Amino acid sequence: MAALLEIEGLSKNYGGIKASDNVNLVIEQGELHAVIGPNGAGKTTLVAQLSGLERPDAGHVRFRGRDITRMPPWRRAHAGIARSFQITSLIMEMSVIDNIALAVQARQGHSFRFLRDARRIPELREAAMGYLAQVGLADRAEAETAALSHGEHRLMEIAIALASEAPLLLLDEPMAGLGPEESAQLVEFLKGLKGKRTILLIEHDMDAVFALADRISVLVYGHVIATGTPAEIRANDHVRHAYLGEED
Amino acid sequence: MKPDRKTAAGLFVLALLAVLPPIFIWTGNPFYVDLATRLVILAIAATSLNLILGYGGMISFGHAAYVGLGAYAVGIPAYHELYGGFDAIASFSGSFQIPLAVAVCALFALVTGAICLRTKGVYFIMITMAFAQMVYYLFVSIEEYGADDGLVIDVRSELPGINLDRPLQLYYLAFVSLVLAIVIVRTIVNSRFGMVIQGAKGNDTRMKTMGFNTYIYRLTAYVISGAMAGYAGALLGNFTTFISPEMMDWTRSGELMFMVILGGAATTFGPLMGAAAFIVIEEVLSHVTIYWHLPFGLMLILVVLYVRGGIMGLIEGRWGRRR
Repeated sequence: MAALLEIEGLSKNYGGIKASDNVNLVIEQGELHAVIGPNGAGKTTLVAQLSGLERPDAGHVRFRGRDITRMPPWRRAHAGIARSFQITSLIMEMSVIDNIALAVQARQGHSFRFLRDARRIPELREAAMGYLAQVGLADRAEAETAALSHGEHRLMEIAIALASEAPLLLLDEPMAGLGPEESAQLVEFLKGLKGKRTILLIEHDMDAVFALADRISVLVYGHVIATGTPAEIRANDHVRHAYLGEED
Repeated sequence: MKPDRKTAAGLFVLALLAVLPPIFIWTGNPFYVDLATRLVILAIAATSLNLILGYGGMISFGHAAYVGLGAYAVGIPAYHELYGGFDAIASFSGSFQIPLAVAVCALFALVTGAICLRTKGVYFIMITMAFAQMVYYLFVSIEEYGADDGLVIDVRSELPGINLDRPLQLYYLAFVSLVLAIVIVRTIVNSRFGMVIQGAKGNDTRMKTMGFNTYIYRLTAYVISGAMAGYAGALLGNFTTFISPEMMDWTRSGELMFMVILGGAATTFGPLMGAAAFIVIEEVLSHVTIYWHLPFGLMLILVVLYVRGGIMGLIEGRWGRRR
């Protein structure tokens, strides 16, 4: 397998706290790679640096062999990296379908187009509708985003990531705040996505991680203490002590 | 979109503005034509501000600077044509002055916007105001153009087929311009560009990670808005035939913001409604008391606090406290 994303010596300090401490990770083409770790391990900071919202203090990020360490977020999106947010990040004032249609519009070149009514462009609306249908929100398309439930917001986050058609999805705790039933549905959905997209999954829900991941990396205090298959991670003593909390 | 109450109300006010001024003349009340002209010109400026303030969430506190620059772009060429000097821009021609007003304002918006849009929130408000005050003090200091005494425009812009010395012709030029301004802003807002501007207002980080360079889209909207305000300024200069730095003062910028918020930010006809309410209430109250600013200010505070969405919010029936 070829490396899609290479993270090399990534470090980021917040006033003495090492959010990322010499992180080295390789995300292979087509894999679902989960990053787990206790609260405050620097998982979200890692995603922020991969999506360009934060600049690392040191280290490099390469995507398809190209150095993107200093690339702004919107250029990374065009390069092929999409993300979802742990804390729901949607355009609340707009309708559900408007949110998704914007994600479709984003990959269609520039938006210096002033004349046509964007809500009447069939290509945008139909494509957006397709992604909504995939996550089961088609019947909510015209609702105002703010009126949707938390669970539906989480699904919108996924739909926006899908709509980018990006080869790499960074999913930051997509199950955050979901009930067991909703979580299980989302796990099934992500299973269906496996192989079609390369996914970096940040997740707290261990059942979900072990059900989905091809490989798992464990982040503790900003440092990757182990990377391996779910079986290897389960068997790893360091991980069990540091994170899984099992005493033997 | 189905025709709604807001659109109906907006079209009704436009219809009134289309038919009333000749009636004012026939009934011997030419003063009301002046009032209507001022209303319509300020509505254009407010409509342009709505593009960035209402739809784009860019709270510019310096919009009067563009109106003033647009007016000076009429006054200064006319001054030089009359008294000599600065041959390059000396002209009475509206087909020179008006494009000059638009171009100067677009350029000013581009340069200052490139800096202002690096900031957010209160800083953005303060820095747009600072740039506007810079222009204000610049004109206060230019003795040749009257400094703070202002400059009289002796000759109005000469336009083919339109005589701006005739109040009704000037009025209808302004009225048609207002209709066009409303159509232009509405078209932009509904376009793909407009969706990006509104998306960036709602959630800038999300838009960036979707792949939009929101800064450059915001800057473009800022330039369009400034250019439109400059056009309004050129009309205002022709209307008042007297321009002074006072028309760029921050209180004037505040009035334009009032109009947008009072009428209903991010609505098609909100700025028109706000400008109309502003002018009419100002006129009525100033007949009742010379201290009209006080009740006017109180009313405004009440509207901002209790009527979500301004006049347009009232028309739509959305009462209750703002979120």
